[in-house]
Amino acid sequence: MRFETPATINPIDQLKVVGKPADRIDGPLKTTGTARYAYEHHEGISNPAYGYVIGSAIAKGRITGIDLAAAKSAPGVRAIVTADNAGKLGKGDRNTAKLLGGPDIEHYHQAIALVVADTFEQARAAAELVRVDYVRTDGAFDLAAAKDIAKPQAVFGGPADTAVGDFADAFAAAPVQLDASYTTPDQAHAMMEPHASIAAWNGDKLTLWTSNQMIAWGVGEVAKTLDIPKENVRLISPFIGGGFGSKLFVRSDALLAALGARATGRPVKVALPRPFVFNNTTHRPATIQRIRIGAARDGKISAIGHEEWSGNLPGGRPEGAVAQTRLLYAGANRMTATRLAELNLPEGNAMRAPGEASGMMALEIAVDEMAERLGMDPIEFRIINDTQVDPEKPERPFSQRRLTECLRTGAERFGWNKRNPQPGGVRDGRWLVGMGVAAAFRNNLLTKSAARVRLDNNGVVTVETDMTDIGTGSYTIIAQTAAEMMGVPMEKVVVRLGDSTFPVSSGSGGQWGGNNSTAGVYAACVKLRESIAQKLGFNSAEAEFADGEVRSGNRRVPLAQAAGDGGLSAEDGIEYGDIDKKYQQSTFGAHFVEVGVDAATAEIRVRRMLAVCAAGRILNPKTARSQVIGAMTMGVGAALMEELVVDERAGFFVNHDLAGYEVPVHADIPHQDMIFLDETDPMSSPMKAKGVAELGICGVAAAVANAVYNATGVRVRDYPITLDKLLERLPNVG
Amino acid sequence: MRSFTYERARTPAEAAASAMRKPDAKFIAGGTNLLDLMKLEIETPAHLIDVNGLALDKIEPTQEGGLRIGALVRNTDLAADTRVRRDYGVLSRALLAGASGQLRNMATTAGNLLQRTRCPYFYDTNQSCNKRKPGSGCAAIGGFSRQHAVVGASEACIATHPSDMAVAMRALDATVETVRPDGATRTIPIAEFYRLPGDTPHIETTLMPGDLITAVTLPKPVGGKQIYRKVRDRASYAFALVSVAAIVQRDGTGRVALGGVAHKPWRVEAAEAQMPNGAKAVAARLLADARPTRENAFKLALAERTLGAVLAEAKG
Ligand SMILES: Cc1cc2nc3c(=O)[nH]c(=O)nc-3n(C[C@H](O)[C@H](O)[C@H](O)COP(=O)(O)OP(=O)(O)OC[C@H]3O[C@@H](n4cnc5c(N)ncnc54)[C@H](O)[C@@H]3O)c2cc1C
Ligand code: SF4
Repeated sequence: MRFETPATINPIDQLKVVGKPADRIDGPLKTTGTARYAYEHHEGISNPAYGYVIGSAIAKGRITGIDLAAAKSAPGVRAIVTADNAGKLGKGDRNTAKLLGGPDIEHYHQAIALVVADTFEQARAAAELVRVDYVRTDGAFDLAAAKDIAKPQAVFGGPADTAVGDFADAFAAAPVQLDASYTTPDQAHAMMEPHASIAAWNGDKLTLWTSNQMIAWGVGEVAKTLDIPKENVRLISPFIGGGFGSKLFVRSDALLAALGARATGRPVKVALPRPFVFNNTTHRPATIQRIRIGAARDGKISAIGHEEWSGNLPGGRPEGAVAQTRLLYAGANRMTATRLAELNLPEGNAMRAPGEASGMMALEIAVDEMAERLGMDPIEFRIINDTQVDPEKPERPFSQRRLTECLRTGAERFGWNKRNPQPGGVRDGRWLVGMGVAAAFRNNLLTKSAARVRLDNNGVVTVETDMTDIGTGSYTIIAQTAAEMMGVPMEKVVVRLGDSTFPVSSGSGGQWGGNNSTAGVYAACVKLRESIAQKLGFNSAEAEFADGEVRSGNRRVPLAQAAGDGGLSAEDGIEYGDIDKKYQQSTFGAHFVEVGVDAATAEIRVRRMLAVCAAGRILNPKTARSQVIGAMTMGVGAALMEELVVDERAGFFVNHDLAGYEVPVHADIPHQDMIFLDETDPMSSPMKAKGVAELGICGVAAAVANAVYNATGVRVRDYPITLDKLLERLPNVG
Repeated sequence: MRSFTYERARTPAEAAASAMRKPDAKFIAGGTNLLDLMKLEIETPAHLIDVNGLALDKIEPTQEGGLRIGALVRNTDLAADTRVRRDYGVLSRALLAGASGQLRNMATTAGNLLQRTRCPYFYDTNQSCNKRKPGSGCAAIGGFSRQHAVVGASEACIATHPSDMAVAMRALDATVETVRPDGATRTIPIAEFYRLPGDTPHIETTLMPGDLITAVTLPKPVGGKQIYRKVRDRASYAFALVSVAAIVQRDGTGRVALGGVAHKPWRVEAAEAQMPNGAKAVAARLLADARPTRENAFKLALAERTLGAVLAEAKG
């Protein structure tokens, strides 16, 4: 089905099932521990062996020798895979560094070997016996030092740089100016389930049970790396214990499991140990950002400029932190610039809202600072500079843009009028109390997605698509979509996901999964409805699907009967025309945060949070809310604690476990509230929905930062905002 | 993890004797620290002596009016004990500020005292670390040292001791009781229990090889307001940047010990004379010989300010 013109009324608009806060259909499996994650599959996997990955001890250089003798003769060892004996390997297009390194080393903990043994413990013990000699070469590990030699680099299909009007002149002439620099650190996805895979070969056919957000991408990458046809690769990934972008691409666990299985002739299980996840896989790259805003005294922005520097391995991509600045605020004179430096740290890649999450961390502090210079309320300043058109290309309107309503609704609900604009002015016992606000912004992406739908003679509708559920609720919203379309209750829908034998979906990433994958299911259901109607001799345009029946005129046929013994099945997908070129599709929101800062110790604790989101039709308010409050939590982590600390001598992230890389715990998140504005976006798809899971993180950290400023009068521009950055500037106590 | 042999000890003396007999033997109690370190091959014992069956899990009154805490009393039980809560509040609070509920259910009194540093370079066997591999160097010096010691460190090691409980024990003047491999017993005042890193950061206590801790004894209650204040980046489940264990009497005299600043719980009795003069004076004496790194210099101000808040709370 091609989607080229705005959606009109369709069966989804009945909203009998879609739009309801249905419980997760996979909830019982998860709460009873029976949902199978990558490492836990047993069916069809007999006598597996266990692989343990060895990672490089240096960041850059060469292996000069590997002594495998002791490890090979250790108890239970069946094979040791290295680049030397793995055979010729290609490299997938989506990874920057090789998944199996050697002799050249591209980053710390790059996998260089897999020890396969009868038990996990044997493999781990033998791995410690492998002796590796290296020659180190100098690497670049310090973004600030590499900044001046960084080069322009395009990202996400957009240009590296954009310019409209005359930024330099307009900024120079502006009566009120801000020119400030901000930094965001490298961050880890820190999902619960580490990367894990089980590989089994049957002749020249490979099956990989893995934990992956993008099944079809994964198939292509594995096939390319092993130089085998795609048809010979099957990926199965029904449940994913979090990904946040780290599982968009196959990683070393998948490749090494496949190689280990080939070497031993047995299925092989590989999970990355936690300390490996941080340096072996990907992370969100650090940024340095410079923002300049010029405005007239009435608050109207005349010039806005945003420059970004980030680093990555040779061939890698920038973070893309200027993306939102091209679209968020009005202003006739504009510039953005993206600069990328070569660094020899582990691979930087997508993490929840790549680009905007980092960019909003800086931009929305800058906006707060600018409002203060203007003597304006930061909400009013944002509203004055709202725009209904793409400010770089005014001929492109936004499909929907209700930023102002988000800000106003939130201000009222949060009690913004109680905020004391004078920083450091509110005290509650030992706490200095402050409120902060930030806009939320993230683009909505359209990408094709297909599904197969089957109706059987019990009236059960089975949906199959390679879409993944990374904890987001895909199973549930897909069931709701099929139930709505076929006129059956959700209990009559079976959803099967995450298998490359199913039609190719959008997959999960970039907050595109919800809207696109359900639109694909919609398309398949339309086709199934047609074939049912046709079989019954109904006019398909008039056939009504409700209460488990098909009705037309005075005829009613139960679906089970319509299916007949053979059942009926249809496959289709959604494909998009250029509607997203004509209209800019984005999602909007506003974040409100109240913090307390301990007057003595400068410990920062969030007291309450609110998000208001306008993101198209909300397919399931319950799962969508979970996405947003989870994202808000992640934003608090980004604001207050998350930082992969670079050892600039040895070139690696030092705090590579969950004791050293802190993310928020329950005690850090006291009260979260969230509101969805009632919205449908007919430009997005027949579902009229958009993404929401990444919108929820964009802007949160800046709202926290702005609240800390309001509480203390101390402006911190380098994340995370830890107490040591405030302490010296807090008033004396005691 | 290397393979190892395993035994269940039946009596404390037998456990100690076995530890002496078997090379590279270690006791295992809750295992919450030791097993993690074994999986990473930071600890590589060839033999484990499980002490969990030794019936050292009681809290009993002593003749002197104090409490004798068995080495195997779990952190959860110790924190919840009514006598501890009433008379040694600083200990209960310190325990509850540490780790998580699940860990405290397993963690034992002796194991907690002997938990090892959380220096990230100690945890990465690719990095040089004198504590893990004597003579290999110290990657933390000149590296990521935000968590590290500001006082009492050496050229060989700047690690901190991560225990919260031990800081309270130090303020309470606890005594560690051990049994030697020959069956003899020894009591070690906590002030003499931990060592500074010096040239031998791998030797952390004054225990002798084979020594088994059987109990920790608390002297008669000293009363006063007992406060444990732990400062950290997140609200729970994190090690201290700085912590203060304080016992403050009505007249403003008392005791303070700091956590998160040194290779051992940090207490300088002479500094306590300054307590009536306020936090600044106390901190100045406590941290007189501090030599922080660029990354952890903030701990000096933080310790002083936290102490200030604690003394104010004690007054109020
Ligand atoms: C994620 C995490 C977070 C944590 N956070 C904190 C925190 O915030 N604050 C804090 O204080 N602690 C924290 N801890 C540490 C925790 O308190 C310790 O792991 C625990 O107290 C160790 O006790 P155990 O009985 O498990 O010791 P084990 O792991 O069994 O043993 C530890 C050491 O003590 C030795 N040992 C044990 N018993 C005896 C004995 N009777 N005689 C002689 N030697 C003995 C063992 O040989 C071993 O060397 C944390 C731990 C983890 C894993
Ligand atoms: S500080 Fe101590 S524990 Fe850390 S690396 Fe140096 S020697 Fe090892």
